[in-house]
Amino acid sequence: MKTFEFIRAADLKGAIEGAARAKTAQQGADVRFVAGGTTLIDLMKLNVETPAHVIDINRLPLDKVETTPDGGLRIGATVRNSDLAHHPIVKQDYAVLSEALLSGASTQLRNMATTAGNLLQRTRCMYFRETAMPCNKRKPGSGCPAIAGSNRMLAILGASEHCIATNPSDMCVAMAALEATIHVQGPKGSRAIPIAGFHLLPGDTPQRETVLEPGDLITHVTLPAPISGSRQVYLKLRDRASYEFALASAAVVIKIAGGNVINARIALGGVGTKPWRSPAAEAVLLSQPATPANFRKAAEAALRDAKAQSENGFKIELAKRCLAHALQMAAKG
Amino acid sequence: MPTTPPGPGESPVGRSTPRVDGPRKVSGLAQYTSDFNFPGMLYAVPVEATIASGRVVKLDLDTAGKMPGVQAILHRENIGKIFRSVLGQGFDGICEERRPPFEDDVIRYYGQYIALAVADTFENAKAAADAVRVGYTREKPNVETDLKAEDEPNRLVSTFGPKERLQSQRGDADAAFANAPVKLDQTYVTPAETHNPIELHATTAIWDGSRLTLYESSQGVFNLRGVLAQMFGLPKENVQVISRFVGSGFGGKLFPWTQCPLAAAAARQLGKPVKLVLSRKMMFQSVGHRARTQQRVRLGATPDGKLVSLHHDYVYHRSMLDDHHEDCGEATAFHYSVPNLRVAFGRARRNVGATADMRGPGAVPGLYATESALNELADQLKIDPIKLRVLNEPKIDESLNLPFSSRHLLECFEIGAEKFGWSRRNPEVGSMKRDDLTLGWGMAGCTWIAARFPAEASLQLRDDGTARVACGTQDIGTGTYTILAQLASEKTGITLDKIEVALGDTSLPEGPLSGGSMVTGSLVPAVFAAADNAIKSLLTVATTTPGSPFEKRKFDDLAFERGRVFVKADDPARGVPFAHLLQLANLRLVTGNGKSDGSFGDPNAKFSTHSFGCHFVEITWQPEIARLRVSRVVTAIDAGRILNPLAGRNQIEGAVVMGIGMALFEHTSYDRETGAPINSSLADYVMAVNADAPPIDVHFLDYPDKEINQLGARGIGEIGLAGVAAAVTAAVHHATGIRVRELPVKIEDLLT
Repeated sequence: MKTFEFIRAADLKGAIEGAARAKTAQQGADVRFVAGGTTLIDLMKLNVETPAHVIDINRLPLDKVETTPDGGLRIGATVRNSDLAHHPIVKQDYAVLSEALLSGASTQLRNMATTAGNLLQRTRCMYFRETAMPCNKRKPGSGCPAIAGSNRMLAILGASEHCIATNPSDMCVAMAALEATIHVQGPKGSRAIPIAGFHLLPGDTPQRETVLEPGDLITHVTLPAPISGSRQVYLKLRDRASYEFALASAAVVIKIAGGNVINARIALGGVGTKPWRSPAAEAVLLSQPATPANFRKAAEAALRDAKAQSENGFKIELAKRCLAHALQMAAKG
Repeated sequence: MPTTPPGPGESPVGRSTPRVDGPRKVSGLAQYTSDFNFPGMLYAVPVEATIASGRVVKLDLDTAGKMPGVQAILHRENIGKIFRSVLGQGFDGICEERRPPFEDDVIRYYGQYIALAVADTFENAKAAADAVRVGYTREKPNVETDLKAEDEPNRLVSTFGPKERLQSQRGDADAAFANAPVKLDQTYVTPAETHNPIELHATTAIWDGSRLTLYESSQGVFNLRGVLAQMFGLPKENVQVISRFVGSGFGGKLFPWTQCPLAAAAARQLGKPVKLVLSRKMMFQSVGHRARTQQRVRLGATPDGKLVSLHHDYVYHRSMLDDHHEDCGEATAFHYSVPNLRVAFGRARRNVGATADMRGPGAVPGLYATESALNELADQLKIDPIKLRVLNEPKIDESLNLPFSSRHLLECFEIGAEKFGWSRRNPEVGSMKRDDLTLGWGMAGCTWIAARFPAEASLQLRDDGTARVACGTQDIGTGTYTILAQLASEKTGITLDKIEVALGDTSLPEGPLSGGSMVTGSLVPAVFAAADNAIKSLLTVATTTPGSPFEKRKFDDLAFERGRVFVKADDPARGVPFAHLLQLANLRLVTGNGKSDGSFGDPNAKFSTHSFGCHFVEITWQPEIARLRVSRVVTAIDAGRILNPLAGRNQIEGAVVMGIGMALFEHTSYDRETGAPINSSLADYVMAVNADAPPIDVHFLDYPDKEINQLGARGIGEIGLAGVAAAVTAAVHHATGIRVRELPVKIEDLLT
């Protein structure tokens, strides 16, 4: 681990000014915010992240979960994943988020990991994590050995010839289905970014994972008011029963009336280079009968553009079954 | 078996006894190797090769050498002499990776050590190691997974001495197979697996003149002493190895690895204690792994299921220089009754770190193959797999022509089947359901070595009414501290709380490797003899001490029971506590020494001695989401008398969980391009976690095997793993109709 300066931010302004000195907020950033540290410190030990300055935001007033005037929910950046998952409002109105959080990592990690940190969780691609290997995400232009290598866990949606790294987050998948908005304060003021526009596809710049710029600090996330009468399911498939990243997961928020789907928001995890909202699957379902056959059709639509690598082709069928089953679970109530 | 704690004067043997070292472990008082710190101690971090084949042509130390706190960067040119070691007599001088670290500039596996950064803190040493720049000439590494036996003579060198490739044969297997009315010919593959004890390998080395002290996480301190004495050209008595507690080893800590001489060489050169703790990633590279195996099993049988022939031909991978033997045929030749048999093996070199023993070495992958073949034959013949095994149950060990000392495998099948409810099995694939789940049921048999290593122990009776029992063997987390206390209590009547147990130190009486499930069986005679000798010494004191109530008695008139000396003709309860006699004689203590002979590999054995057992496994299968889970396991074990059923059940349960991991999750993947073990973390190397551990019902037959020792007891650390994977894959087939012959069973194998 490289020696670094540890700065405890006294206020938002100081934190933002401190981080604004950085050349980038993306891979290779020389200034990083730290909250739970479950991704950052891990990657610093591996020399994948080598910031010279680490700004601790744990003492900033960003740890509240509050209802919003429009009936939604405001989640502070440093709210721990455990606290969020067990929050009564989240359990009742945003069950898909609670289930997604509790399916991730371990109790110990969830007790540390935060909302903002989880939004910025880095890929588990084994080549990204091994600095002796080339990696276009870690070292742009060096190549991607994963494409011809061990790629069983890697992405089948949204990949490019430069990068097939999976976004590993469960929380983000649920937030994609809940249409969360990410609130950022930066040197130029504050802005609100819909989650669909927050993460970037790798394209030919896989080192850029989000739209964040130097000095941008995620302050909170808002969720819109819950859709009354909707049913929510998060289903995660993996090799073992716990403590493993998803091979495929599905977050489903649907509303059924008179046997027909009248509202559907669908996102997939474990298969995409970003949390994968699927408008195509939603379009298939909308105004159609909530039947297993239609659920399967939606799943086919969600995976239509999937591209297999040498070891991960099975994830296409697995993701389809995952989504179809999640929809079936939601429909059953 | 009694499960309540022993009352005063009752023997703890055979009773569920909580670990005597438990309070120290849960309170943090138990010191593991990396917990030992010394004044002025330095920290060492190795520099690992990032290629798997090639040469080091340049070592740039300019940056690293100038970093804060750095004391030295050691490498081939400046490490000082480290000699080779050779195999000695008995169980001495054993080493899987013979090449001393830095001996040449050739890289043969990813992660091979190239240099060693030594600094005043771990962080500084790590930063310096990371700053060392290495130039290589690279060659394409060979980590090909398909294994073909290389052209080698029949007689081979292995880590443990010569081996015959034609391991066992009787009758004419080729002819019998050719003419068999029913045939099965399948190949089973097990992947490279990595030991992942939670405690990382660690060494702290201290030189004092020509004396070397090593704190090491070791399953064999005496062997390690012998190897390190050779590597540094020292008399054995100048080397002391200490391993008080081991956070498990699974075989990976049986023999020394290269970090140990590196730490010693650094301490020698810098004149200060040096601590070297491996990273988890290094655990996948440089401290052994279970070899990948490819095993062809051919069975010839009659239509009613009697075996007429068995071929077991296996190939395993090994490192470029080393000779570890993965003995997949360990159980094949004796476990089944078959007149015509041939067991043979071959090997294939790969650019991987040295292979090594891992819990149930050889037999675990071997029994996966042979027990799977038996299950497939049963399905082919449409007969029950238990019935097939009963039909082929041997009366004697047909490979050695010796009777078994104790073999109650058929009773294991009966008990296991009864507890599992096997009679309700519908053999039709996919036919059994519960709720919305498809059930799969499978079973398999297992066996493992039962033998003794040579062992010595001492026992002291002390004037405060306590005893101390000592042996240099290790407790690798299996419960050896508790077993020794139980044995001492059994012989002396002293309660467990008054017995001190000393282990894990070469300054103690020479004890065995913690391997082969042989420690308990080896220590019973040694501790009993030590206790007998201590008692003899006590009785001599009783008859010779002026003022002793027994001063006028003859030695032979006296007896010792429940901590009291008494005249044989009298009531033992009226005897004199031994502490009083020692106080009277102004003695702090009397000591007895004892030893037991080894029986492992005895060419003149009169019995074939093994442990046996079986597993019954239920899996649940949800095809709609391709979710497979093991939902319950019943295991019946015939492993002699069980000294501590609590610790015993713990061993079997842990082994079954490891077996679930072997069947469904565990495999080390070598990157085809670089040869790196690429999934080298606890997140990426998938093992069973608590959520994967189903209810496990363990039943011990508890028949004493008096060929092993007076109590008929032995260790059971390994047998519980053997056979589990074959039972799981049989259950997978029963539920899904899919026969997976390459472990682990993956989701992609089942997505049809």
